[in-house]
Amino acid sequence: MQKNIQTEKQSRSTETPLSPNTSRKAGFFRCFSRCKGWLYLLPAMLFLGFFMVYPLIDVFVYSFEEGYNSASQTYFGTGTYNYSYVLHDPYFLQALKNTFLLVIITVPLSTGIALLISIGLNSIKPLRNFLQTVYFLPYVTNTLAVGLVFMILFKKTAYSDGLVNLLIQWFGGKSVDFISGPYWAKMFVLCLYTIWVVMPFKILILTSALASVNQDYYKAARVDGTSKFRTFMRITLPMISPMIFYLVITGFIGAFKAYSDAVALFGTDLNAAGMNTIVGYVYDMLYGDSGGYPSYASAAAILLFAIVLTITCINLLISRKNVHY
Amino acid sequence: MKVVLRNLTKKFPSRDKKNKADVIAVNNFDFEIPDGKLIGLLGPSGCGKSTTLNLISGLEKPTAGQVFFGEDDVTGLPPEHRGIGLVFQNYALYPHLTVRQNILFPLENLKGKDKLSKAEMLEKAMEAAKLVQIDELMERKPGELSGGQQQRVAIARALVKRPRVLLLDEPLSNLDARLRLQTREEIKRIQKETGITTIFVTHDQEEAMSISDMIVVMKDGMVQQIGRPQEVYDSPANLFVAKFLGTPPVNVFQGQIKGGTLYLDIDPVLELSGASDGPVYAGVRPEGFLLRKDGALGCELSGVEVMGRDISVVASNKASMMPAIRAIIGAENLAEISADAVQVRFDLKPNKVFLFRPETEERILFEAVK
Repeated sequence: MQKNIQTEKQSRSTETPLSPNTSRKAGFFRCFSRCKGWLYLLPAMLFLGFFMVYPLIDVFVYSFEEGYNSASQTYFGTGTYNYSYVLHDPYFLQALKNTFLLVIITVPLSTGIALLISIGLNSIKPLRNFLQTVYFLPYVTNTLAVGLVFMILFKKTAYSDGLVNLLIQWFGGKSVDFISGPYWAKMFVLCLYTIWVVMPFKILILTSALASVNQDYYKAARVDGTSKFRTFMRITLPMISPMIFYLVITGFIGAFKAYSDAVALFGTDLNAAGMNTIVGYVYDMLYGDSGGYPSYASAAAILLFAIVLTITCINLLISRKNVHY
Repeated sequence: MKVVLRNLTKKFPSRDKKNKADVIAVNNFDFEIPDGKLIGLLGPSGCGKSTTLNLISGLEKPTAGQVFFGEDDVTGLPPEHRGIGLVFQNYALYPHLTVRQNILFPLENLKGKDKLSKAEMLEKAMEAAKLVQIDELMERKPGELSGGQQQRVAIARALVKRPRVLLLDEPLSNLDARLRLQTREEIKRIQKETGITTIFVTHDQEEAMSISDMIVVMKDGMVQQIGRPQEVYDSPANLFVAKFLGTPPVNVFQGQIKGGTLYLDIDPVLELSGASDGPVYAGVRPEGFLLRKDGALGCELSGVEVMGRDISVVASNKASMMPAIRAIIGAENLAEISADAVQVRFDLKPNKVFLFRPETEERILFEAVK
């Protein structure tokens, strides 16, 4: 034992000591390896900083600068006048109402129907691949092209009543102009269109989520004599709850940002059609007549941000109890 | 509840374009399991033991044959109506429910006249939990439990409905070595306390032999031998069973019977009667070797492994069909092997020698003459 310790001491003393150059290099490498993580993040952080954080703060500041003139880059003063203008503007209130209706109708419906379709697809063997492709097709279509087709289906013109109206008349009802007619008809078409467009992605996500549930849980439930309904409610749903939660959150956020869908159906003058959305209102305020009203646009944008933030926080709070990872 | 399997067969259609033959997973399994016994289905991977368990549980339908629980033919019944408890290899505990909710789950499915009140359900769940000694962890989720604890929760969930038959699919393979010893004693204890007919599947022969009342050795879907563990060990029906049971494994030699004597290579090792002349496979259990200076069988010594209580002598012989021969002898004989010995000689214990026909690998019975 003693012999070993002695030889160790000897070998250490005969090692070459660190020269001044090597110790400086060692220090640099140590610092580099610690900062490596930050360096990898730097490009993305710069990008996000320039194109997201800075504009966000900028818009927030704009929203408090009253009467901002983009041509002369001057403003009258600071205050909350922009917000009170926007909140009393009937166009904004109409847009707010439209957007909320859209969100409340399309998000639960599209997620629910997507879930039912996914379960159906999961339980059939023949034709499954074919049907999956069919249900996924709307995802690869173009928004405006689809809007055009919907217009043809639903619009009542001087020449024809549209295919859907023909169907209604066949059942003995009165034809309705879905594109330029009553408000509920226009809302109906917009919701139908939105659900049709967002469903394929949800079906895709939910189908893969259902397939990823370990089959042993179903076998165990079967041996325990669990009914199909109970298996679904107490095993399937909790197992796929993270995916459902993801779809609900992104569904809400996406629905609040709806604009191109409305334009595809009703044309660019949404205010005239009474089908404007919040994003549409912001766009109109920015690029409207005489250089636009960036202050009002900023205020509306910040209001939208606040609404989406609140809804997302509520979703997160609900998810803590109901989502199982 | 006795379980009777009559001519049980399961064939899977072949998906191989070249080989159109069906895969026969279970081939004509015929066995009557007595009530209240712990049965081990033992065999290598792919021998059909898990498929047999699935057929008994009802998760798979047999191609032919019948399954009886007692006097009832349950072949056509789905698993939920057979009254079984099944413990899966990976436990399949519902990860989002607590231990208590997991154990309550089967009880909540009872409907009609079997429906229990909330208090009765909780009481039964507590009973099951106490039986497996998990009653302290009722509020935890499966992810917060160790492997052994998860195992016990799975067993509690299977037992809470007081099933007629308890089925366990490789219950110990996911546990570490120390826990395996502990848990297999638990399974034996639980089975004795509840008296439920229990069938478990394993590939570990030590596990099966240590706790089963009877073991069924399977290979390629066919039953090789059924019997009490010691019987199957002492009297294997064929070479496969002899090789499968026992650690270290049985030593197999190519031998000859000539004129009433068994020859291994050139050494006459055993006088016997009742077996005809001809080539044979001879299996000798490691404990069947007796170290003798003038022993009948001579081997080249490769090494000696000290295991404390015994020593393992590693040797080689021309007649051996395995790369090395392992003999277990008592540690007191260590001195008899000198440090530079090249050759060792053994005598064989006749009751530890098994003879097999080379063509069929079936056992040849003989009487030793001494």
